[in-house]
Amino acid sequence: MAYPVTIKDYLFESRLFMQRSIQALVFAALLIAALVGRLIYLQVVAHEHFITLSDDNRIKILPLPPNRGLIFDRNGLILADNLPSYRLEITPEQVRDMQGTLERLAQLVNIRDVDRKRFDNLRARTPAFKPVPLRFHLSDEEVARFAIDRHKFPGVDIVAGLSRHYPHGPLGAHALGYVGRVDERDLQRIDASNYSGTTHIGKVGIERTYEDVLHGKVGFSQVETNAEGRVLRTLVRTPPVPGENLYLTLDAELQNVAEQAFGDNAGAVVVIDPNNGDVLAFVSQPTYDPNLFVNGIDTDTYHALNTDPQRPLFNRALRGQYPPGSTIKPFVGLGGLEQGITSPQAHTYCPGFYQLPGKDRKYRDWKRTGHGTVDLGSAIAESCDVYFYDLALSMGIDRLHEFLSQFGFGASTGIDISGELGGLLPSRDWKRGARSEPWFPGETLITGIGQGFVLTTPVQLASATATLARYGHRLKPHIVASTQKYDDPELTPLAVETLLAIPVVDRHHWSEVIDAMREVVHGKRGTARKIGLDIEYDIAGKTGTAQVFGLKEEEKYDADKLAKKLHDHSLFIAFAPVDSPAVAIAIVVEHGGSGSAVAAPIARTILDKFLEKSAS
Amino acid sequence: MSTLLDGSREDASRRDWQHILHIDAALLFGLLALSGLGLFVLYSAAGQEQPVLLRQLIRLAVAFGGMALVAQLRPQWLQRWTPWIYGLGLLLLAAVLLVGDIGKGAQRWLDFGFVRFQPSEMMKLAVPMMVAWYLSDQRLPPGGARVSVAGALIIVPVLLIARQPDLGTALLIGSAGFFALFLAGLSWRLLAGLVLAGAGAAPVLWHFMHDYQRQRVITFLNPEQDPLGTGYHIIQSKIAIGSGGVFGKGWLNGTQAHLEFLPERSTDFIFAVLGEEFGLVGILAVLAMYTVIIVRSVYIATQAQDTYGRLLGGSLAMTFFIYLIVNTGMVTGLLPVVGLPLPLISYGGTSMVTLMAGFGMLMSIHTHRKLLPT
Repeated sequence: MAYPVTIKDYLFESRLFMQRSIQALVFAALLIAALVGRLIYLQVVAHEHFITLSDDNRIKILPLPPNRGLIFDRNGLILADNLPSYRLEITPEQVRDMQGTLERLAQLVNIRDVDRKRFDNLRARTPAFKPVPLRFHLSDEEVARFAIDRHKFPGVDIVAGLSRHYPHGPLGAHALGYVGRVDERDLQRIDASNYSGTTHIGKVGIERTYEDVLHGKVGFSQVETNAEGRVLRTLVRTPPVPGENLYLTLDAELQNVAEQAFGDNAGAVVVIDPNNGDVLAFVSQPTYDPNLFVNGIDTDTYHALNTDPQRPLFNRALRGQYPPGSTIKPFVGLGGLEQGITSPQAHTYCPGFYQLPGKDRKYRDWKRTGHGTVDLGSAIAESCDVYFYDLALSMGIDRLHEFLSQFGFGASTGIDISGELGGLLPSRDWKRGARSEPWFPGETLITGIGQGFVLTTPVQLASATATLARYGHRLKPHIVASTQKYDDPELTPLAVETLLAIPVVDRHHWSEVIDAMREVVHGKRGTARKIGLDIEYDIAGKTGTAQVFGLKEEEKYDADKLAKKLHDHSLFIAFAPVDSPAVAIAIVVEHGGSGSAVAAPIARTILDKFLEKSAS
Repeated sequence: MSTLLDGSREDASRRDWQHILHIDAALLFGLLALSGLGLFVLYSAAGQEQPVLLRQLIRLAVAFGGMALVAQLRPQWLQRWTPWIYGLGLLLLAAVLLVGDIGKGAQRWLDFGFVRFQPSEMMKLAVPMMVAWYLSDQRLPPGGARVSVAGALIIVPVLLIARQPDLGTALLIGSAGFFALFLAGLSWRLLAGLVLAGAGAAPVLWHFMHDYQRQRVITFLNPEQDPLGTGYHIIQSKIAIGSGGVFGKGWLNGTQAHLEFLPERSTDFIFAVLGEEFGLVGILAVLAMYTVIIVRSVYIATQAQDTYGRLLGGSLAMTFFIYLIVNTGMVTGLLPVVGLPLPLISYGGTSMVTLMAGFGMLMSIHTHRKLLPT
């Protein structure tokens, strides 16, 4: 090999190389120092932060929803329970061909159009990684069929769970209410963390009022998952606390009798035990099947329920506001006695109409020919309007309002079913505020017979009747008697609330009125004397007929000529037995006609059943 | 005293076992300790699968065997064959681009029917050899003209490999050549010029980059921008290392690795497993072993008796360091993600053989020294 002649200074080159090697090592040392600095930052300074991130990676908190409390009637009959049910869920994110998957699924399980519609609706509102239910309550056969082919359906799962179920369907639906899937509006009124695993929430009725008690407390399970999200083990488990059971004051058998007694009529009846405020029956007819709502009602059925002229979803007992008609007369009469405006012996002559002094307008009595000379007793028994026009005028609207409001007219009773309306008891102040008009004396007259502005709800009327039966001892009506913890056989009774003890001036005034109400049923000229036949106990009652359609002065009410929706409402209030009241009742039959003809016989059926039961 | 082929003599007083076997005990000990510890980390990272461990053991055995073989070759022999090896390497690289197999989306392999071969691995050794060969026949430091020629000898294979594309290997080969130049005494002014030229070339380089390479740079600058995509690697490896703390979660207890949050955990990102399970203490111990190997290698280079041996040895030592710093810098989020394994610890074979052949050359340089008159 021919090398060019160069003079190499080995010592110099060796020293140069040594120098450069040291520089290279310094360079390396600097970079390693930077690396160590980085490691100290990651592993010492920011260690806590990365520990948190690492735990967040692997530890997931899974909510364990509590089982909802059950609802029983007063005799332990189950009204709302939880049934194990299998539902079919699809996680859209994991499904490549949704259309094809649904078509193939339809060959294994029955998928109706309504299921598809509900699925599409829910899917549009759910993030793609969350499962969306397609079918509820799969049959055992469907579960088995799907299980065999499960591997062909990635993203489709059968989930076992408990589903709310109302074994008696429509029975007591307006009292019970129902649960439905938690929606946006619900989220605003609940503690979202306690509902993190819960799919359903009480929407109306007792299910809603007692949501806190029924729901229970969510539990958690801390699990370790791998990067795919598969659960590897459970680290900590905090079990959920099941909701408490509710025992109602409602008697399902009596409830059933009351509902049947209505036939095809629309209306409401509320039965209360005057001794403790227990609601024994709570009927609003027609009713509906609450099971329809649990897993989302389909649009067609909902539309049908909503547009039904009988309005089955309308809770008449709680929210129906009706003129009380003549059922208010015992209270007005009692007011006249207690306030010293009239006496049991005071007479009024009834010519069939009444005129204010100096005015031409005639205020008609329902009996055109008039009742002749009446006192308080016969005026109540025969339901003479003229007597009460006169008495109301003597009392004046202020005293009338003061006295009637003590019975709870015009205000919510506070019953433990949500959504109650308060009715209306008019006064001068109210009229100035609502109508910007002064009070006219004529309005006092018609208030005295329960017409005009005055409106009551059936539950309000029943509560007032119970208060009258108890000589002014007013209790808050309630439908839940006691609660029961899941692990405790003992029942915890809920307190009975006394709302007011109406000051009694003279107990004789009260017994005068009650005697008169007894005459309504048992007297020879009582308006409800038909139901007093063949009876083994005595009833104090009062019929009422509330005008829906204002007649002109000289016009005659002729049911045949009027459309059904303009027919009068038929009302009846009663309590029995008269001397030791065990039950108070208020009933409204919409467009039923006169109280004596329609409402009173239904009441008799219910009272018979109740007293027969309590006797045995 | 025996007379060697070139007429020099070996020092009889140094004829201990190291010189008979041509093995450097200090280097061997460091390499064995590091790869032994690496097996523990790999066993955990690979989900405690013994077949994986066995395959890695076989690879290590082959690599250490290769090292011992290369150590038997005289430096003078290596020097003589250097241009031929380099030339063959270039030819094969060109062949790869024309007819190479595609594996993992990049054209890196030559298939000879009985064996698949990655010419870029060969260039990891051929380039520093060639630069050392070229610079060693004239006096140092090299002037501008010689630096330019050496630069060309480096840049041609680097560009060919970057084209495959294999950025990591191109980077390693580039730095191997660079360190040979630097150790030869490359003047600081030329060095500054190179740096400036590099900065000026960055936009041009960006232009020639593949999309995934650009994405890696973007991800490096802001990993959180794409936490589920390309940024995921860096985020998860930072979590693994950071959550390890000072003492680590313990061997086989790393949740990031075992629950599969950390990708590439037995290959390029195995350093994160080390950090998670053994903590800062474990990492410092491993870094200490690397330091021992690097310092010993540089020492061997300084003790070499000719320019070729010095430059080749020093360049191999510094390339090993670059290997280490690029991988750890990537895993700790200091550098962009460049697909380079952690030397001697990551699972994988080809590069390990090359790496150990380099250490064989260092041992050869150290154990074939001639007795010089003092």
